[in-house]
Amino acid sequence: MSQTTDIQGPPRQSFSIGKIWTDKRTRGLVIQLLATIAICAVVLYLANNVVENFQKLGKPFGFSFLQQESNYDINQTLIEYSSRSTHARAAVVGILNTLLVAVCGIILASILGFILGVLRLSPNWLVNKLAYCYIEFVRNVPVLVHILLVHGILVHSLPKPKQAIDVADSFFLTNRGFFVPKPIAEPLFWAVIAAFVIGLIYAFWYRRSARIKQAATGEQSPVFWVMLGSIIGLPVLVYILTGMPLAWEIPELKGFNFKGGMALKPEFMSLWIALSLYTAAFIAEIVRAGIEAVNKGQTEAALALGLPRRRTLNLVIIPQALRVIIPPLNSQYLNITKNSSLAIAIGYMDIVATIGGITLNQTGREMECMLIVLGLYLFFSLTISSIMNWYNKRLALVER
Amino acid sequence: MSTSTSPYAPGEHPDEKPPIGQSGLVNWVYTNLFSSPFNIILTLVTAYFLYKILPPMFNWMFFDAVYVADSREHCRELNSGACWGFIGKRIGQFTYGFYPHELRWRVNLTFLLFIVAVLPVLWDNMPKRRLMLWFSALFPFIGFWLLSGGLGLETVETNKWGGFMLTMVIGVTGIAVSLPLGILLALGRQSDLHIIRWVCTGFIEFIRGVPLITLLFVASTMLNYFLPPGSNFDLLLRVLIMVVLFSAAYLAEVVRGGLQAIPKGQVEAADAMGLKYWQSMRLVVLPQALKISIPGIVNTFIGLFKDSTLVVIIGLLDPLGIGRASLSDTKWQGLSTEVYVFIALFFFICCFGMSRYSIYLEKKLHTGHSEE
Amino acid sequence: MSKLTKLAAGAAVAALFAANTSTAGTLDDVKAAGHVKCGISTGVPGFAFTDDGGAWQGFDPAVCKAVAAAIFGDTSKVKYTTTTGKTRFTALASGEVDMLARNTTWTFSRDTDLKLDFVGVNYYDGQGFMIPSELGVESAKDLDGASVCIQTGTTTELNLADFFRTNGISYEAVPIETNDEARTNYVAGRCDVYTTDASGLAATRSSLEDPAAHVLMPEIISKEPLGPLVRHGDSEWADIVRWTLNAMITAEELGVNSGNVDKMATGTDNPEINRLLGSEGDLGAMIGLDKAWAWRAIKMVGNYGEVFEQYIGADTPIGLDRGLNALWTQGGILYSPPFR
Repeated sequence: MSQTTDIQGPPRQSFSIGKIWTDKRTRGLVIQLLATIAICAVVLYLANNVVENFQKLGKPFGFSFLQQESNYDINQTLIEYSSRSTHARAAVVGILNTLLVAVCGIILASILGFILGVLRLSPNWLVNKLAYCYIEFVRNVPVLVHILLVHGILVHSLPKPKQAIDVADSFFLTNRGFFVPKPIAEPLFWAVIAAFVIGLIYAFWYRRSARIKQAATGEQSPVFWVMLGSIIGLPVLVYILTGMPLAWEIPELKGFNFKGGMALKPEFMSLWIALSLYTAAFIAEIVRAGIEAVNKGQTEAALALGLPRRRTLNLVIIPQALRVIIPPLNSQYLNITKNSSLAIAIGYMDIVATIGGITLNQTGREMECMLIVLGLYLFFSLTISSIMNWYNKRLALVER
Repeated sequence: MSTSTSPYAPGEHPDEKPPIGQSGLVNWVYTNLFSSPFNIILTLVTAYFLYKILPPMFNWMFFDAVYVADSREHCRELNSGACWGFIGKRIGQFTYGFYPHELRWRVNLTFLLFIVAVLPVLWDNMPKRRLMLWFSALFPFIGFWLLSGGLGLETVETNKWGGFMLTMVIGVTGIAVSLPLGILLALGRQSDLHIIRWVCTGFIEFIRGVPLITLLFVASTMLNYFLPPGSNFDLLLRVLIMVVLFSAAYLAEVVRGGLQAIPKGQVEAADAMGLKYWQSMRLVVLPQALKISIPGIVNTFIGLFKDSTLVVIIGLLDPLGIGRASLSDTKWQGLSTEVYVFIALFFFICCFGMSRYSIYLEKKLHTGHSEE
Repeated sequence: MSKLTKLAAGAAVAALFAANTSTAGTLDDVKAAGHVKCGISTGVPGFAFTDDGGAWQGFDPAVCKAVAAAIFGDTSKVKYTTTTGKTRFTALASGEVDMLARNTTWTFSRDTDLKLDFVGVNYYDGQGFMIPSELGVESAKDLDGASVCIQTGTTTELNLADFFRTNGISYEAVPIETNDEARTNYVAGRCDVYTTDASGLAATRSSLEDPAAHVLMPEIISKEPLGPLVRHGDSEWADIVRWTLNAMITAEELGVNSGNVDKMATGTDNPEINRLLGSEGDLGAMIGLDKAWAWRAIKMVGNYGEVFEQYIGADTPIGLDRGLNALWTQGGILYSPPFR
């Protein structure tokens, strides 16, 4: 009798309100429920405020202003753009400019960072100390000051167009930009592109089969040379055979400026250089830490096994160092992308300067413009993050 | 007999100089600068580079510089180098912004108290550390009261704050307030409660995904729309809120790194002892996790300190903003390089000092671990 | 520690969080706060700059000072807030500032769509071009292919695009945020031409190593009436700012200046002067101030002409002519409605 009542005990307890809090599971549920309610309430409250404010100011909310004519010009555009284009197109120009400087910055910063990191480990005292001074100075000064200083130095020290530094009459370096000949494809050029694509496919197929062969038989194939030949050699051969179907538009000094050709504007160059120099200092420290993290015994063991020095580096040290390097490198790449928003200080037309700057000013749509800018940066960051995470997973130790 | 095999008794070996060729200046130069042909080239190129860069730089900065002047023309008449007279005339503005002259002692006092408050946090062998930590905890109130006034002190509006003082305010508030928030976010991200974890993760990833400058634009242009109609509050406070949220997200990741480094056994042991969640966090996990994350926290602070220059873009008068407003005085127009170099030096000194401290800590913590 | 810090933050929020009761009327708010909240630019030579003592000076802050003098009789009772081209309208709309006195062009859409009220014009400007004289360019229409530095955040880039499009010539736009950066670019030869409001050009030119080596083009490609502005919806406050500015203009017209205003305030033969300075009638009461409001503004800040000469006139390094900004009686278009 008494035993049966004991067994029926627990269900009766769950009716007590106090028990909801002492039981771990229900408490978790309650907390989550409360949190959800609180968050919803805050969001609703803020949204309500926004609606009320807009009504009070008599401002409409909407993105139709993106279809209006922008009425302003942008000096560096990767796509066709004029002051008659829409605000939306100006935004696209800004996005492309941001991406351009971010991608270029990531590449240059990585190269410089690796070089600096290696120099920092150099046995040469002078080089070592110079690299140290450079890294410490650059890391400890705000990036905005860097950008302003580099821009000032570039526009002041490079010559004006009339005194351009001239390389082979086709490359010109001035404070209006670095002018290079622009390739213009003639009809037969598609053959070269086709050759390049075929070469690329063949090269990767060859590498894969060489690996399978090596795994099966231990025989090594000259992968590097074959890849070089098919990716670069083949298109060059086709290019020569088809009679060089590529014309070059040489920049020329006409009136105030160089015309024709392609130009890297000083705003782009200074932002690119400043961001790269700044981030390179951080990457250098990451690289140094990564290389130092590889146990010295690893090198000694590889050498003892009879691996040549280059292979020791390629097969033993770098793969292990990369594992330490990649995660912090990821955040440096994100930093470059985010810091590129400082372009506004020197007049490089990125997203913040186009849609978040002039468009915002002209149309007075702060809310809409800032939402677009925030959304875009979030998208870039998440993309870079996921690419780097994927790469990191590929490199990570496969634990068995 | 024994003397012939070992001429010295153990421990009485005289200190002899190393053989010639293994020491001395020549040897040092050889091994460090000219050990191989590649090294020789590297050394020579570097030396030439330094020779080209350093003398003109030093001439401009020191030997040809003008230290006292009344205007830019006056500077140019006196010498060709940097015109530090400009900075000298306006050093008060660069330091205090528009803080009233007669009240500047309050800023100085706050700064002194700040050093006193920060000492027990940084120096763990300090005598009477416990007592001092209480002062550190009270400092934010005292500092805020001293700077902004009220309760018997003359009120100073935040729009008069500027220069390096503003940089310090943003940096210190940013870290002091965002640390607890960051810890909560980090715990939330590790939590078993799904919704809490999603919210924290979403918040952290959102803040880390956008540049600080866009958040500052949000503070200056958008935040008002989120408040009840007709209400409005201080721009500096809005900026501080954004800076706090920003650094909280970064600190959360630093602390999370620390939390992950704590073995799971610690939590399980605390559970077994019957500690509640918050007790086990407060008494077991966080003290260890925070100790590991201190270098990371210092690095975040350095980053935040440097990023405080961005407020110039939304019109707050940090040193760059003061420089800009000063350069609009026709007497001094065109001296922007001096301003940038001066500000760069200030930040370098502060940040370099802090990064040295963080390296020292890292080393100290490192040895602590290996001894265990 | 963490709890305490949070408490500190809470206290800070509570202390700084000042509910702005804009419904009560801006003038009451201003009187209650004891100062005028005035939005100015981050620095334009002659128009807004800090002096060596750390105080804001210039043609634009003078308007704020005049309003403060009219209300409080104390030019220091102004709380300056620096605003950028991007933040200025939000700052005004949200009540962060009570008035903007920062070279802002009066345009249709700003007056209507952005819900702002321009109360008058304190400087008639127009967009011009500056170019080194060695380039030998006579007219802006010869600028085909030139690089043009523009100061953004204003209507400048729109005018420029329109001008070059109308004339069918090409150019490279180099947009710059601040006057100082733009000047750096122009001096370095990054651009051939610098374009902004003619007053800004004159100011920048005065600061160059050799001002004579640079010329301003004859073309003025836009109308830029710059003036103080307030929020929509509070006409009483708008009246105060408007008539303070008008009082300064009228004072110049009537020959009242900071030197002789005390003597004139005791009564003159000219009834308009008497009405302006409060010795006859009570105009001040109509805008919610006392009789001596205009007297204080003129006494403490000066009449329009005095302010002009002090900060941007021919004797300053900026050296602007009165031009359009001369009184209507002297060939300009500066014209204040009568005080009656």
